[in-house]
Amino acid sequence: SVSSSFPFSLLSISSRKQRKNTIRDGFEDILEERRNSSDLKYALRCYAPVLYKGVTPCKANMLKNIVLQSDQLRYVINQVSQESGEAPDIIQEEASVILEEMAHRLQISTVRFFAFALSKAFKTLFQHVCVNEEGIQRLQQAIQEHPVVLLPSHRSYMDFLLMSYILYTYDLALPVIAAGMDFMGMKFVGEMLRMSGAFFIRRSFGGDKLYWAVFSEYVKTMLRNGFAPIEFFLEGTRSRTCKSLTPKLGLLNIVIEPFFKGEVFDVNLVPISISYERILEESLYARELLGVPKPKESTSGLLKARRILSEDYGSIHVYFGQPVSVRSLAQGKVNRSTYNLFPRHIPRKPMEETQSFVNDTAYRIVRLQEDNMVLKPWVLMASLLLQNLEGMELSVLTEQTVWLRGLALSYAAFLDWPDHAPTAKVVSSSLALHRGLACVSGGRVSLVVGEPLGPVTPEEALFNRAVSVLSCASYRNQVLHVFLRPAMLAVAMLHLSDEVYNCFSFLWDMFSNDFILCPGDTVQDFEEACYLLVKTGAVQMPQQDIVMTDIGQPTLSFFNGLLEPFLQGYQVVCRYLCEEASEGLTEKQYIPAVRSFHSVLCVFTGNLRCYEVLSSDMQKNALAALLRMDAVRKVKVADQVTLIVNKMAVNSIDDILGKNRMISHINQTQISPSLSLVAVAEDLCRDGLTPSYIR
Amino acid sequence: MLTSDSCLSLHKHGSSMASDSNSSESQRIAQQRLRIIAGHLQKHKDDDSGTIATECKAEANKGTVPRKRQEIMKWNGWGYSDSKFLFNKKGQAEFTGKRYRLSGMVLPSLQDWFENTFGASVNHKSPATPALNASAVPPASLNEAFVEDLKATGIPFSHEAEDRVFRAHGHCLHEIFALREGKKFERVPDMVVWPNCHSDVVKIVELACKHNVCLIPYGGGTSVTSALECPPEETRCIVSLDTSQMNRILWIDEKNLVAHVEAGIIGQDLERLLNESGYCTGHEPDSMEFSSLGGWVATRASGMKKNVYGNIEDLVIHIKVVTPRGVIEKSCQGPRMSTGPDIHHFILGSEGTLGVVTEVTMKIRPIPEYQKYGSVVFPNFEAGVACLREVAKQRCAPASIRLMDNEQFQFGHALKPQVSSIFTNFVEGLKKFYITKFKGFDPHQLVVATLLFEGDRERVLQHEKQVYDIAATFGGLAAGEDNGQRGYILTFVIAYLRDLGMDYYVVAESFETSVPWDRVLDLCRNVKERINRECKERGVQFQPLTSCRVTQTYDAGACVYFYFAFNYRGLADPVHTYERVEHAAREEILANGGSLSHHHGVGKLRKEWMKESISSLGVGMLQSVKDYVDPDNIFGNRNLL
Repeated sequence: SVSSSFPFSLLSISSRKQRKNTIRDGFEDILEERRNSSDLKYALRCYAPVLYKGVTPCKANMLKNIVLQSDQLRYVINQVSQESGEAPDIIQEEASVILEEMAHRLQISTVRFFAFALSKAFKTLFQHVCVNEEGIQRLQQAIQEHPVVLLPSHRSYMDFLLMSYILYTYDLALPVIAAGMDFMGMKFVGEMLRMSGAFFIRRSFGGDKLYWAVFSEYVKTMLRNGFAPIEFFLEGTRSRTCKSLTPKLGLLNIVIEPFFKGEVFDVNLVPISISYERILEESLYARELLGVPKPKESTSGLLKARRILSEDYGSIHVYFGQPVSVRSLAQGKVNRSTYNLFPRHIPRKPMEETQSFVNDTAYRIVRLQEDNMVLKPWVLMASLLLQNLEGMELSVLTEQTVWLRGLALSYAAFLDWPDHAPTAKVVSSSLALHRGLACVSGGRVSLVVGEPLGPVTPEEALFNRAVSVLSCASYRNQVLHVFLRPAMLAVAMLHLSDEVYNCFSFLWDMFSNDFILCPGDTVQDFEEACYLLVKTGAVQMPQQDIVMTDIGQPTLSFFNGLLEPFLQGYQVVCRYLCEEASEGLTEKQYIPAVRSFHSVLCVFTGNLRCYEVLSSDMQKNALAALLRMDAVRKVKVADQVTLIVNKMAVNSIDDILGKNRMISHINQTQISPSLSLVAVAEDLCRDGLTPSYIR
Repeated sequence: MLTSDSCLSLHKHGSSMASDSNSSESQRIAQQRLRIIAGHLQKHKDDDSGTIATECKAEANKGTVPRKRQEIMKWNGWGYSDSKFLFNKKGQAEFTGKRYRLSGMVLPSLQDWFENTFGASVNHKSPATPALNASAVPPASLNEAFVEDLKATGIPFSHEAEDRVFRAHGHCLHEIFALREGKKFERVPDMVVWPNCHSDVVKIVELACKHNVCLIPYGGGTSVTSALECPPEETRCIVSLDTSQMNRILWIDEKNLVAHVEAGIIGQDLERLLNESGYCTGHEPDSMEFSSLGGWVATRASGMKKNVYGNIEDLVIHIKVVTPRGVIEKSCQGPRMSTGPDIHHFILGSEGTLGVVTEVTMKIRPIPEYQKYGSVVFPNFEAGVACLREVAKQRCAPASIRLMDNEQFQFGHALKPQVSSIFTNFVEGLKKFYITKFKGFDPHQLVVATLLFEGDRERVLQHEKQVYDIAATFGGLAAGEDNGQRGYILTFVIAYLRDLGMDYYVVAESFETSVPWDRVLDLCRNVKERINRECKERGVQFQPLTSCRVTQTYDAGACVYFYFAFNYRGLADPVHTYERVEHAAREEILANGGSLSHHHGVGKLRKEWMKESISSLGVGMLQSVKDYVDPDNIFGNRNLL
């Protein structure tokens, strides 16, 4: 046997205490009271939240003056004035206009209106809106002690209305929310949102110094004054895939800086996980990912959305995580005294040490969001169905769902599985809620594919199929964070390489745009993966070896199947870049080109089942990975960004991924995932290879 | 030599200095008379210039401090033995003795304030060990050869336990706490010598070098940086060189307004003697009642009235230092020189690591014609700081301007005596003041700035108006002279009050920093918050008192002074807890742009941050000076580096 070599000892892992804190709070349904008492009374009730102890009472208008007169902004105004030759007054006026466009006008009356309207809407749309009240209590405490930043996950437009609604319900200080400018397109709604605490930021203002100064000073002023909790989405935009997105650092940098500069004693970051049983935008997202342009936000569009009011969207769970003290996080990582030698009002690029701290913090927060995401049984079922696109027997699905539930629980997934309900009932009611995605006929469960009227071209058929796969994938994606690390290890083990860690590390690096993998955590993640697989008996680790056990086969092959679409997708991209991409391929052409390359592959050869690579999300992530690995370079020619492909490098990445292709190729012929591994093993043995993980 | 400074303090407002404004006429006459006497003295001195050695013996010990310091001072607390706070049988606080303005007075509000602030009770006493237990003192390990040679010089010395213990500590909390607890001492000086003059010091240092004896200069003993602590690892005989008997003004030069003074003189003697000649130095660190001139030089001391007179580095014209390599001094008394880096700056702040400062020529000024206290109340600390900043910007700071936060304001309030002409008026005045003017001021937010103006009468009044006008623009209201004077009284009683607190399970300490103007507020807030948080985390059962004042203003920043106290009941090792909290507070200060020290110095307490503060290259520069001047580490107190 060949022993795997690791850069560290694994012997300590099994004795190490489990990293994740699995003790979580219980939930209360806030809709219950709404169903039993007057919404009007609720909307008009006395609202007297506790405030930050250091708050300087201040109206929204005074806030603007403070910002406009701040040293910070005055400095930039003078700077811009000198650079542009415009008089400072004119720049000042510009700043004032920017601020006017940006600033919120939080008004309690508007909030009350929303409280009323949303009560009605929520009761129609959702069965329950569940909140962990202990989290609310912790938040209330935190709000009094320190400036608080609320960091919810972002899956739906509903998110921020929902957040304000909950805070109003619990008599907590209403947040001011950073919102994208696109809402401003909806005239009336935009203003309503503004009055309920939203402030608007342009999507891109790259080099605009003045805009950046106004924006960051506005946010910092609210934070320093303790005006209100500040809320924004670390992910920057709604995740169309239901995977957490790589965090954006701009706003986080802004809210953390006052701590480094000593302007506030501490800042508390509160990760909040909002889990939807069914997402309102479900099929919209799939279409968007397939290149059907995103509908522009408009009031009339919102009104059209009224038809969604007639559907059942299940429950929402909102989990307010433990507030994270920036001060404690930064202890020993950032030397604050490096800020001593520079005037604090002069904008400066954050130091490397700070940048990496903020980056690290952002990832940790997103992981905390992930950890407290509530998973429904359907998420498990969707994961299984996607590995059996031909459909599967209901009884097999039920059986495997139960098995998967056990696995998920032992990996500390936050699973909301109904108490005391028979499994068959749980499965059937999940199928009922998601009847748009899956159906049962003749005892077989399969994905629903939209049937357009009239004759269908092969491309259209592919598109429809892809919509249903991607919709389904958005549920599977919700459980990925639980299984990701052991799954990567499983893939690494099923790989032909002896270097399990190296292979894991390669996959880790490759997928770090697709999943939340904290920078620098490769070794830690590997240890966690080993720990989890050992814990569930899927592998054993005698000395320096990782050995699959007999009972481990289903687990490992399920994991392999789970990541299969990603491996395939990345490979399609690699192949495209090697075989088809022309010289001078621009960044803009890249996505449609990959898409059509894939369609061609699919439609005419019929031997590729990977629908997910049609998703622009995966295409972008694959490209980002290749860019990061220096297999592709971006070159700016005139106004266009051109992609220069290093075919050798891409080919070798394709090769490494390709070793997995053998497995997935076999996999396609399998009915049950548990069989595929045996087949692989047999295949390998026939070839005279004895992998180290099989004894 | 290590001494000076201010944390705990006491000085002459209570006693001689608090001149009333209408006494200026008699003062003027007295000055004239004194100047004539001074002239005689000058002549006398010139006559004797060839016989310094004999003079050295003859005139010794005219100062306040006897060789046996314990005869008049507490061995385990602050200040004079006859002066202390206590709670009498009625539970009322009183201040004993006759030395100070508050002496003999009852302070009816103090008990309430004390109990409410600390959660302490006058029924829960934590009394100190009554007397020094000689068996707790390690036996003196003497260098016999050194002792023999020293005897031959006739310089007095002692190796009695009491003398040695008295010079084994400064006034850090842990030092005083250990004395009160009667803890065993790890290392104390093995003997004490009392040189009478410069040439005595030269002899002692020569003998120390000859016999490889460790010397630790000792001035007023008011260090709060563990600077006087004997390094426990020191195996040589440690000799404490007590400069207290070198306490004469050797001459006064009225043409150049300088005086040449022996460095062992303590602040109150220096001021009293100069006043007799119609002069003053104007250097008044809060500790001036006990701290010495040499100590000021060795720690870079700062005086309350530095706005008019300057800090110690601005005041010294010439310094004479005895080092193992010989005597360092400049060859002239030019007011400024461009002769490379100023060698005085190797001495200033050297904390006894290079040698003994024996004589100093320093600037003197005629006693100011007129002096006036004042005070301004601000609605909150922010407004107060903004006002001080503006005053500094306009460079019109009075001799002293200090801004006390609300906690200190309330503390000052608690020190109202029962009977006193000046205070009764004040209390009445304050009541009226509350009703008429404080309306709209939150008594839990308001802060008070205390002011001291000096100069000729007309200018003072003009100056006063200018400052009050500035204050008004920041919402400040003039709050009377008495209120101002009381603020300064607080400064000296607080050191005695710490001893009272320690009698009732309350430990207290102060620390200071200097910080750029724009960071003053943030630093004050964050340091207080950090202290509160650390106390909580370290199991302190009661809310600590954290208080600060902006105590000096400069063009580019301010000196901030913190008080920190807590009730330690329920803590196993209160001193350790205290030290951890102070450590955290210092880290917070540094992280918020504050300096390692404004005037207390580094000692051994803050050595760990020196590299961070002045860079390792900077430390290397200082080290190379040390290595050259004192290659055998004769001055082995191990401060600073």
